[in-house]
Amino acid sequence: MISPLMLRGLWAYRGFVLGSVKREFQSKYVNAMLGAVWSVLSPLAMILVYTVIFSEVMRAKLPGHTSSAAYSIYLCAGILTWGLFAEIVARAQGMFLEQANLLKKISFPRICLPVVVVLNALVNFGIIFGLFLVYLIASGHFPGAVFFAIVPVLLVQVLLAVGLGMVTGILNVFFRDVGQFVTIAMQFWFWLTPIVYPASILPDNIRPVLTWNPMAAVVQAHQAILVEGRAPDWNALLPATVLALLLCILGLRLFRKRSGEMVDEL
Amino acid sequence: MGTIVVQNLGKAYKQYPTRWSRLGEWLLPVGGARHKLKWVLTDINFQVAPGEAVGLIGINGAGKSTLLKLITGTTQPTTGSVWMEGRVAALLELGMGFHPDFTGRQNVYMAGQLLGMTVDEITRLMPQIEEFAGIGDYMDQPVRVYSSGMQMRVAFSVATARRPDILIVDEALSVGDAYFQHKSFDRIRQFRQEGTTLLLVSHDKQAIQSVCDRAILLDGGRLAKEGKPEEIMDYYNAMIAERENETVRLNDAGDGKVQTVSGTGEATVDDIALLDEQGQRVEVVDVGAAVTLEVRVRINAPIPRMVLGYMIKDRLGQPMYGTNTHLKGQPLENVAPGEEVVYRFAFPMNLGPGSYSVATAIVSTETHLVNNYEWRDLALVFTVMNMRRPHFEGSAWLDPAIDIQRTRVTQ
Repeated sequence: MISPLMLRGLWAYRGFVLGSVKREFQSKYVNAMLGAVWSVLSPLAMILVYTVIFSEVMRAKLPGHTSSAAYSIYLCAGILTWGLFAEIVARAQGMFLEQANLLKKISFPRICLPVVVVLNALVNFGIIFGLFLVYLIASGHFPGAVFFAIVPVLLVQVLLAVGLGMVTGILNVFFRDVGQFVTIAMQFWFWLTPIVYPASILPDNIRPVLTWNPMAAVVQAHQAILVEGRAPDWNALLPATVLALLLCILGLRLFRKRSGEMVDEL
Repeated sequence: MGTIVVQNLGKAYKQYPTRWSRLGEWLLPVGGARHKLKWVLTDINFQVAPGEAVGLIGINGAGKSTLLKLITGTTQPTTGSVWMEGRVAALLELGMGFHPDFTGRQNVYMAGQLLGMTVDEITRLMPQIEEFAGIGDYMDQPVRVYSSGMQMRVAFSVATARRPDILIVDEALSVGDAYFQHKSFDRIRQFRQEGTTLLLVSHDKQAIQSVCDRAILLDGGRLAKEGKPEEIMDYYNAMIAERENETVRLNDAGDGKVQTVSGTGEATVDDIALLDEQGQRVEVVDVGAAVTLEVRVRINAPIPRMVLGYMIKDRLGQPMYGTNTHLKGQPLENVAPGEEVVYRFAFPMNLGPGSYSVATAIVSTETHLVNNYEWRDLALVFTVMNMRRPHFEGSAWLDPAIDIQRTRVTQ
């Protein structure tokens, strides 16, 4: 699916890809006095809100857990990883339209654009998730060796996001309605995934619907690792994995078939 | 290295009657194509040999930009192919991908990477890029405080930091101040001498004629004409002036050069000659000699206001001097058929040695764009020789009176 030509183009433009990632990161803070400190401060504030406010001030409890920190960790496990997913989808969906000028004027491997989007989202996620890890270790909630099970789960999640982002990103060039629709759909999707609430509070007749939500399995896997400290239910991740691969294949096929036509539409 | 081969190249854009019909075409296999093709380029064939410089001209909408995009590969062709050998640099739009909040230096890295250079390579080329851009300390200031000219200097310096095998330039050079225009043009000339193939799109006659070996004229998405820059530029000028009832004719002027005549034909130049002080026709004139350009105009139809203009050009087609009777305040009112008008322009031939041509235009105002009764390129060809003066260089006779003072300076 990924032709060697694409990979060679990507390799030749690795400097551009890394430079773009670096620049996009810097561009947010280049005119600020505190500079890159902000890139840590705003996620830190978010983590503080979820941990201090929910566990200490509101004393929110997760059903079946006695620790006051359990709900905070549950919330962070869901929201931070959903944030990565949502950022990739949202950015990928608009990447071709945003870079219309570049695509029309300069000949460069277009596959660079989605790679830049994913790397950028990973950098942002790395910062906020790193802070979260510091909190976990400091508060004695680090799950131990099972933590590394998060890597394959994140991989599935990123693939799912990339596949979805590529497909919607390309379709969005031809049908601008797609972008609008995805923005709305993502909000519903967030609340249809057990991130803020635990799946157990759902009525029994509704709960099976969650099996149709691939992100529910992904988020629940993160929660199992970070909250319960146990390995995720790998079988439950299978549909999400298959869907992720299918979307990636579809995305690449669309990309190869339509990328020429895309420039005419921009 | 440096060959461009364009074969049967065509580009069509898909036009769908409604937004829904594209969806229908994508999703429903039945019903076939639901779009119409709008052809903007058809059947373009040409080759550029290594080291050759080719100018691409045409009116707006003739398909020049589309052709360049196809050649550089940003747009996919609908038919045919473009084959190129060697490294290509395209100056289609300078300053693409510049971020206003970053410094010139940071943007140089970014722009360089976008052109496929590595960081090491850019670092190595940086002193040279900085020197060529010549913007001094501004290099470390954010680009948002740059003037558009400074931004373009930096962009040009990066884009041309390495000598490409093929250089494609799209009118980008018309921005920037005169000094930088010269500087950038010198760099392009230098690349040419070192063997770079050049494809230049411009409306600027001088640029095309002074740099290119050959010119290609695009009209309505087709390759209308291909040939010597001078000839193509003349044809192009005539084409611009062309009206529905106008004709463009090509006459062989005798010495291998092609004379282009166009216009609506209410008046025509019957005869044109260069006369010396004795009133004799001459083809060879001494530098500084007093001459008279005599133009006989025949009137074929009533003309409310008639202006005759002429332009003396050098062998590259670059204008030396041009004026007309409108500018000199002597237009003729209400000329009628059957009249013959004789114009005599007396002037000293203050040109340098070389071959020159005269183009004439019979119009109603100062340009040939309102009414073009007749436009005649290469109406007359003459040679200027230096017979009596000391040798000098150049195409103008600007003989100085020299005063030299020599004193001993005691230290």
